[in-house]
Amino acid sequence: MPKRKDISSVLIIGAGPIIIGQACEFDYSGAQACKALKEEGFRVILVNSNPATIMTDPLLADATYIEPIHWESVEKIIEKEKPDAILPTMGGQTALNTALTLDKKGILKKHDVVLIGANREAIDKAEDRQLFDETMKAIDLETPSSGIEHSMNDALEVQKKIGFPCIIRPSFTMGGTGGGIAYNIKEFKSICEKGLELSPTSELLIDESLIGWKEFEMEVVRDCEDNCIIVCSIENLDPMGIHTGDSTTVAPAQTLTDKEFQIMRNASFKILREIGVDTGGSNVQFAVNPENGKMVVIEMNPRVSRSSALASKATGFPIAKVAALLSVGYTLDELKNDITGGLTPASFEPSIDYIVTKIPKFAFEKFPQASPKLTTQMKSVGEVMSIGSNFQESFQKALCSMEEGLNGLNSLSTNGMFASDEMIKSELTIPGPKRIFYLSDAIRKGWTLEKIHSLTKIDYWFLDQISELIHIEEEIKSMKIKELDKKYLLDIKEKGFSDSRIAEMLGLTEDAVREHRKNLNINPVFRRVDTCAAEFATSTCYMYSSYGGKCESRPTNNKKILVLGSGPNRIGQGIEFDYCCVHASLAMQEEGYESIMVNCNPETVSTDYDVSNRLYFEPITAEKILDIIEIEKPEGVIIQFGGQTPLKLADFLSDKGVNILGTNVDAIDRSEDRERFQELVNKLQLKQPSNATAKNVNEALEKAEKIGFPIVVRPSYVLGGRAMQLVNNIKELEKYLNEAVEVSNSKPILLDSYLTDAIEVDVDVVSDGGNIEIGGILQHIEQAGIHSGDSACSLPPYSLSEEIQNIMKKQAIDIAQELDVIGLMNIQFAVKDNDVYIIEVNPRASRTVPFISKAIGNSLAKVASKAMIGKTLKDQMFSSKLPKGLSFVKEAVMPFDKFPHVDPILGPEMKSTGEVMGIGPNFGEAYAKAQKGANKTLRRSGVVFISVKNSDKKYLEKFAPEIINAGFNIVATSGTADFIEELGLSVKRVNKVAEGRPHIVDNLLNNEIDLVINTTEGTQSIKDSASIRQSALRNKIFCTTTMFGAFAIIDAFKSNEDNWTYSTLQEINK
Amino acid sequence: MPFKAILAFEDGSVFHGKGFGKEIFNVGELVFNTSMTGYQEIITDPSYKKQIVTFTHPHIGNTGINTEDSESKIIHASGMVVKKFCEKPSNWRSSESLEEFLIKNQVIAISEVDTRELTSLLREKGAMNCCIGSLSSVSERDAIKAAKGFEGLKGMDLAKVVSTKKEYEWNEGTWPENHKSEKSYPIIAFDFGIKENILRLLTEHVGKVKVVNAETPFEEIIKLKPKGIFLSNGPGDPEPCDYAIENIKKFLKEQIPIFGICLGHQLLALAGGAKTHKMKFGHHGANHPVQDMLSKDVFITSQNHGFAVDINTLPSNIKVTHISLFDKSLQGIEFLDAPAFSFQGHPEASPGPQEIQILFKKFSLMVEDYAET
Repeated sequence: MPKRKDISSVLIIGAGPIIIGQACEFDYSGAQACKALKEEGFRVILVNSNPATIMTDPLLADATYIEPIHWESVEKIIEKEKPDAILPTMGGQTALNTALTLDKKGILKKHDVVLIGANREAIDKAEDRQLFDETMKAIDLETPSSGIEHSMNDALEVQKKIGFPCIIRPSFTMGGTGGGIAYNIKEFKSICEKGLELSPTSELLIDESLIGWKEFEMEVVRDCEDNCIIVCSIENLDPMGIHTGDSTTVAPAQTLTDKEFQIMRNASFKILREIGVDTGGSNVQFAVNPENGKMVVIEMNPRVSRSSALASKATGFPIAKVAALLSVGYTLDELKNDITGGLTPASFEPSIDYIVTKIPKFAFEKFPQASPKLTTQMKSVGEVMSIGSNFQESFQKALCSMEEGLNGLNSLSTNGMFASDEMIKSELTIPGPKRIFYLSDAIRKGWTLEKIHSLTKIDYWFLDQISELIHIEEEIKSMKIKELDKKYLLDIKEKGFSDSRIAEMLGLTEDAVREHRKNLNINPVFRRVDTCAAEFATSTCYMYSSYGGKCESRPTNNKKILVLGSGPNRIGQGIEFDYCCVHASLAMQEEGYESIMVNCNPETVSTDYDVSNRLYFEPITAEKILDIIEIEKPEGVIIQFGGQTPLKLADFLSDKGVNILGTNVDAIDRSEDRERFQELVNKLQLKQPSNATAKNVNEALEKAEKIGFPIVVRPSYVLGGRAMQLVNNIKELEKYLNEAVEVSNSKPILLDSYLTDAIEVDVDVVSDGGNIEIGGILQHIEQAGIHSGDSACSLPPYSLSEEIQNIMKKQAIDIAQELDVIGLMNIQFAVKDNDVYIIEVNPRASRTVPFISKAIGNSLAKVASKAMIGKTLKDQMFSSKLPKGLSFVKEAVMPFDKFPHVDPILGPEMKSTGEVMGIGPNFGEAYAKAQKGANKTLRRSGVVFISVKNSDKKYLEKFAPEIINAGFNIVATSGTADFIEELGLSVKRVNKVAEGRPHIVDNLLNNEIDLVINTTEGTQSIKDSASIRQSALRNKIFCTTTMFGAFAIIDAFKSNEDNWTYSTLQEINK
Repeated sequence: MPFKAILAFEDGSVFHGKGFGKEIFNVGELVFNTSMTGYQEIITDPSYKKQIVTFTHPHIGNTGINTEDSESKIIHASGMVVKKFCEKPSNWRSSESLEEFLIKNQVIAISEVDTRELTSLLREKGAMNCCIGSLSSVSERDAIKAAKGFEGLKGMDLAKVVSTKKEYEWNEGTWPENHKSEKSYPIIAFDFGIKENILRLLTEHVGKVKVVNAETPFEEIIKLKPKGIFLSNGPGDPEPCDYAIENIKKFLKEQIPIFGICLGHQLLALAGGAKTHKMKFGHHGANHPVQDMLSKDVFITSQNHGFAVDINTLPSNIKVTHISLFDKSLQGIEFLDAPAFSFQGHPEASPGPQEIQILFKKFSLMVEDYAET
């Protein structure tokens, strides 16, 4: 059936900010959907609050709304745009839930809008655990024995029937939020309590534990004529008990016979039909008992998911694009398989002749109070994928892609000392993110695979493969490099051993091994991902490296540029950098270059095979990049846009004579090396907070005294403020030095005087080497000291004078000139008492680039890339003028709800996973929209609880009357209350937690508080007040931990939600 | 224990690898199969007689061999070519390793060969004659000579080689439930190299199945008063099987329901007056889309054939029911003047997708119709 004629405009709902469980895979799917539907001539309307996405690029849709993904906002957009249909399956759980709400509230009917790609009934059947269970029973499929409950008492009843351990999952939450495994009644009660709160329907599913069962996933696509295909099967290396998003997974499934596979395949189709997914992609998860093959259905997602992004990249079959086209009426046989150049139709099942491994990336180091254990609730913040011609190669390449200093299956032992047997046993049984390394060490210690299997339940097939790798390592250790002859070296390279791992085993340098390898003429071959295991020829340049056999790279003689991607997402380096890399690639193509992308993150747009002319899906390591450069011989390499990942290779590549485009590598060093940076600051006569570098503990203590407290301390060369802390006195500094970091000659720590109550400002600069332009000036809302990635900020500045802005502009230009910047540069300033201080300079793309680009209607990354190949800003007619009369606010989105034991307080270490943008005619509206976009509900009147540190009390004089004016009654703890009373204002006193009950936390839990203003300092008082912030978070009570944030709320209250304006980026930047 | 092995081609090229299974050498036509599962079914499929199978999936042997999944009693393929061979299987049904099974069946396999390169080669040059052998049993030079000496499959009647010598009754339904039809219509299945899953499906859907030798004359069959004739899959070229073609012509005249699969399909078409030809590298995989011309439904099918019916030679009394969406080649036919139809791919799957098993239901209705009137 060809495309529907009754639809001419489609509203696509995005996924909003990046959060754990919902990452940039939905930018990939949304971007594909926008492109596909636009090409088909539909008017595409898009709503997504996340400015760092490619999908919100104005060219991708006809009407792009960067607005909160909340039914109220979406209704306004529907009123304005009058779309014929809504496609809710591209934006994860967020889009699905929003569409469901719109339907339930009768808004779709009222405006005569249809849902395409999924219907309410299907969404309900798939997401409502009870309906799902009943649906599965109706088609003779088993689900784990379970109960569905709405209260604690009922939950306890069910638990009695099921026993321990059991798995608890709340309905309608993504990434298993609020779920967990309970081994005892205490854990059970605590998980249930949280789950009941988090589930929008207060519904819990309590499952029999299938811990240790094998876990599989099927990626299914169905069209409106009931044609169904399996795009990919995925097998989890980690058995049941760990969320699939947190599991190492392998595609295709490796340990099923055809008979068993077909049962699963047939069941998947049956499930899609019965649930009623009429068109599009879905994901079905199964568990299989390894003893007898008994199969149960775990869950299904009636939408594209993280797994479908993985399956798309793993096979070359663009699930999101196909799903979008199916949703408007096409059938699979009418669509072409692009990767074979249209030689084959989309109605086939990819066959792959390689192995794909996905490994998740965690950020537990950011949340020391969180338990670093993997359960049924997803906790990973990113992932890597790798492709190899066999499992071992694929697995080892994935490890190298992680950017955790791994070059293979590195041992956790220090100086030859392994972890104790008890420790290993515990880590194997109750897994954390390092299980695979404990497992490897267990093999090194001589544990039998039987013992390891009995503790981990990991299939022997995987254990055998890993065990062989460990034994080869031991073999290499006993050899001399000249004994690694051609056959042997080729063999181990084919098993995925990196040059640097081999070097480590031999006690040599990586260069020595590379040279030996080159002398033996052992080079990687590049193979193509073609969806068909070479049955048909492909001209698509989607490649991965392997060893042995024929190279299919066939590089061209075109002039070309290599763009290095940003690797796995992590806190501090996320989708913003992928946005920049994609734009760099597009810019190169616009300028007539062939663009070549290297990246290893399956969630991204950059790893779509049709974004760049050529795509290498590879780890971003010295070895692999050099291999690609040797075969492609590009004119230049762009390393400015992928965050710290490619930057780390700058020196190496430059030493090898590779032409690095844009700013000189030395400039990076001048801005990162403390001493050289100071020279620069002095030379330009700029101001810097007094600071020092220390190479040992004593030096640190000494220098700290000289600088004076408070001080911000951190290790050098870090991104996202890793291990950064504000210390108020010598005692706190000692504690930090002893517990948090390692200090040494090679790993010095940095001390910076902390500017109390300073305003922080981000300035992005673009330069062509001659002309230097300011991209944007962003004023932070939270004061300096809160990590810039966690601060909300406003473009243009909302309270900085023209004069101060001009000073910063001039200083930025001076620095860019001094560093000879070509491309992008980001500077962080702090403004205190009208003095401007330089905090940090980064001669590369920053996190704020996409945000500014969306506001000014001009892609800074594109402009910068073109400048790097010689096109001047003048030639590009660059302008960074903001649209008149508009304010843009960026708000950071925090993952605290995933880590209940973590104190949700902002600080110098970055913790946010994503961002949203709010656009309005004034700061207040923009800020309020950003809060709504971040899913933070601002109650506009009621009771405000105020407890502020002494140094903030001066602000109450202004704040207290204003908040009363806004319609709030004040409740405060004694110190703050005294102060407010002195101001002649009325205040109700409340006990601190330590002062006896009832105390403030009781009030919060009883929902008697509507707003929390809580600023605090000093390790002890932070600790004492943590429960206030945690309780606020759990009860969804808006809580700000800075006074500057508190004032922004007053501004937000001034905007009336009913009068909010909704404009498209296209209208704004006309 | 692995041994040194080679794969030698008639053009003189030689691939080296690690051998496993029986240390012998053998010749055949090299084909590739892109199915990611089901090596046990593939190597025991009689249609692979005189063929050496390259598996594009990199790991083979992972699930071992079990007692339920074979398509015949022995390995019919002349050899296996794989990238990575798994010595220690991991599956709850596995009763022996692939290596043990190969040795028992006196079949050689070679691993550590770049199967992707071989597949590309076959795609470009077409199916090639080759010799697979352990270096202990054959030298490179002799292997090349042996490859050259292989007569090829064109014009080769292998159906009668693999066909059962004795007729037998089949009485087993499909895995795992062993469902059987309640109907007892006598069905005759001509064994040209039949896969056991076909027999299981006929038992599940159609009636009581008796399997007979490929060359059993019409007269003997008709005495059994069959309510349906099944023409099985099988190896080799259909053209030389004149005994079968003549038989089918007579059954068509009798208006007895006929269902043919793969070679059976080709024989039915030949009996109807169409022509067949050898394909460049054939269809071997489990992901081929086939469209039903009437309903426009698309089925993902299992395929394994090196010969095909030429769509342009179909007489007017035969209509096209299915075509391949990969290359538009003929996949299914139905007679307008007789209750007979056939399918080029493998509705019995094994390995592969099972959705087009509905053809067995179609046959069942045809048989029922015929039996009741």
